[in-house]
Amino acid sequence: MYEKEKDLIDAYIRGSVSRRGMIKGLGALGLSTAAASVLLNASATRALAADFDWKAHAGKTVKLLLNKHPYTDAMIANIENFKSLTGMDVVYDVFPEDVYFDKVTAALSSGSSEYDAFMTGAYMTWTYGPAGWCEDLSQWVKDPAKTNPLYAWDDFLPGVIKSCAWNGVPGGALGSDDAKQWCIPMAYEQNNLTYNKRVFDANGIAVPTNLDELLDTAAKAKSVMNGGYGIGVRGSRSWATIHPGFLSGYANFDQKDLNIDADGKLSAAMNTDVSKEYHTKWVKMIQDSGAPDWSTHTWYQVGTDVGAGKSAMMFDADILGYFMNGTGNAEAGNLAFSAFKANSAAAAPTPNIWIWSMAMSSFSADKDATWYFLQWVTGPEHDLFGAQTMDLVNPARASVWADGAFRDKLSKSYSGYVEMHDASAPGASIKFTPQPLFFDLTTEWAATLQKMVAKEVPVDEGLDMLAESVNGQLKEAGLG
Amino acid sequence: MTTAATDQPRRRRFRVSRRVLPYLLSLPALLTCIGILIPFLTAVIYSLQRYRLSQPWARKFNWGENYLNFFTDPAFWNTLKVSVTYAFLTVTVELLLGLGIALLLQKRNRTNNFISIMLLMPLMTAPALAALMWKLMTNPGFGILSYFATLLGIQDFNWASDPQTAMLTVVIVDVWVYTPFIMILLLAGLRSLPPQPFEAAALDGVPRWFVFWRITLPMLTPFLLTATLFRVIESIQQFDIIYAMTQGGPGDTLTVFQVEAYLNFFQSTNVGRSAALLMILWAITYVLSNIFIKNWLRLREKQRGNA
Repeated sequence: MYEKEKDLIDAYIRGSVSRRGMIKGLGALGLSTAAASVLLNASATRALAADFDWKAHAGKTVKLLLNKHPYTDAMIANIENFKSLTGMDVVYDVFPEDVYFDKVTAALSSGSSEYDAFMTGAYMTWTYGPAGWCEDLSQWVKDPAKTNPLYAWDDFLPGVIKSCAWNGVPGGALGSDDAKQWCIPMAYEQNNLTYNKRVFDANGIAVPTNLDELLDTAAKAKSVMNGGYGIGVRGSRSWATIHPGFLSGYANFDQKDLNIDADGKLSAAMNTDVSKEYHTKWVKMIQDSGAPDWSTHTWYQVGTDVGAGKSAMMFDADILGYFMNGTGNAEAGNLAFSAFKANSAAAAPTPNIWIWSMAMSSFSADKDATWYFLQWVTGPEHDLFGAQTMDLVNPARASVWADGAFRDKLSKSYSGYVEMHDASAPGASIKFTPQPLFFDLTTEWAATLQKMVAKEVPVDEGLDMLAESVNGQLKEAGLG
Repeated sequence: MTTAATDQPRRRRFRVSRRVLPYLLSLPALLTCIGILIPFLTAVIYSLQRYRLSQPWARKFNWGENYLNFFTDPAFWNTLKVSVTYAFLTVTVELLLGLGIALLLQKRNRTNNFISIMLLMPLMTAPALAALMWKLMTNPGFGILSYFATLLGIQDFNWASDPQTAMLTVVIVDVWVYTPFIMILLLAGLRSLPPQPFEAAALDGVPRWFVFWRITLPMLTPFLLTATLFRVIESIQQFDIIYAMTQGGPGDTLTVFQVEAYLNFFQSTNVGRSAALLMILWAITYVLSNIFIKNWLRLREKQRGNA
């Protein structure tokens, strides 16, 4: 590393030089932004080592099970810093998302000690945690001897970090005082509107601000899409159809998936009058303005269609729009973002969130060493590196969202993204009731939605049948 | 002078006693059998338990409750109906098409040999990949088949994403992949039939349809049964084509046994129900196999007796 650049960056880390001063100085020394980011991260890593014995597990190896994702790319791009910081080695297997969770289930259910840590979503830990497959990470987080003092636990966005903690009691509130921290977030997705600004501007279409407007806008957009369609939402027979835009809008009307009575018993809550009205509008929106092959659409089709200019907008993960706005897509640079409040009477958007997190396998042979990796990969330095230099978006830490360079990067190329995030982040959390039958009930919910859209069953009747089936399953499992 | 034989140390022959030999010879079969039986018996045990990975504390034997629940579970009856319908449709269409193609290619010449080899290409494609390929071809936006449908005046034909046409779509894919299997089996059968009855019929001027119904078809029946057995067993266990195209949807249109069992295990982690579903599937396959094999043996004996 070049000494002059190193000194300048170290001075910035110490706080004796401003960010502007550092960037100006590095520019004068002929350093590109990307190279400067790498050097900055290396300096931050050295600073990390100052107050904590990162070498305690030097010589050990940690094995990871990872999903193919830009977050994984960010991890791998920065992993040499972890190795030099700790003297540890890291090996990993990366699987495509189609088969990733099957691989995790197979590895964990067999009690295999092959992997020490793995990527997961918070919903999955509602199975893995009670099954005894992953560890409650609180025990390490709260141990000052094992956790770097600069880890900054309070820096995590509250709704995100709480969504990764559950006490294991069916219906128990996420992030309650007795909750176990089954995983720690790397980054997360909120569900909001991504729309094609070029199409909207050219046709004088206004960005919708509630569900009724969304239906009208989608219909209007379809009429100008020339063979395309108005709005993309997921539709495959999977739990993943329920959790993005659908549940975000549903929660905005104060609707829930399940009720919890005084004895802690669960029962279906999706056949209320308000829910039926919401479902009716949602189904009509898909019938009138959705993809013709909606029932096979996963996040992939929803994202690629808006990126290819086949659909005018989508109500899905914001980061999906972020990726589709990048080079290689027909509509690169044309996509814009807007926080969405389905209920005009609601105070703010309430996006349901998906969180890519790291969890520790209960079968890991060396949990303390594994924790070293976990606290590094979820720490503020890596989160900042990933957000600034790679595509670790949306970062799960408030300090990264406050970072000027990161906000500038977003504002420059992603119209309305920062504003969308700031408007919806306070209301962002997991809106499902945590319980062991999560995947059964949400998959059945998606199948019912498919029947409604296909006009095989009326909305009212479909929801009553779904509620009856859900109640039966909850009773059978001893939860209802 | 010494011979080569005396130069080399004598090889010792390992002698196995006559009593041990039968056991030794059957050991590989026994090991294979154990390798199959252990997972099978484990699945039987799981199927008799209330066993969800997400509720390990509630795991207990419920002695057949999983099976009894099926009787009152509309989802199970739907699965049975869908699986049987799928197997019936695919095997029937594939048999008719395969037989037709085999009859057309029966005569040995260069063109027919070339065509029969080319027709095997779909069989070389992994069914999951074939499903993805067809998913693209049937995409309502840019799929070539959707385009052809539009040319024929069929608007908004949504293939696998419409409950009315989802079964038809997956059956077409299955037929595309597996018809060559039946075709090649029946072609081999046709070409192995003794020529004398056909020569005699030709000398007598017997009409071709009569030859087909009274000579070709009866003589080809063991081959037809074999092809049917293989295809019925495979199609009632269908997974990859359906899962890759629709994940069992829209709604419950295509929730065949394997898809339902897979989702029960990997998504719902309901091991007990998943295992019970697979046991039912095993029982169906077992019964069907026995029926086919008994008939196949009966026919073979009959043909030997006639010969």
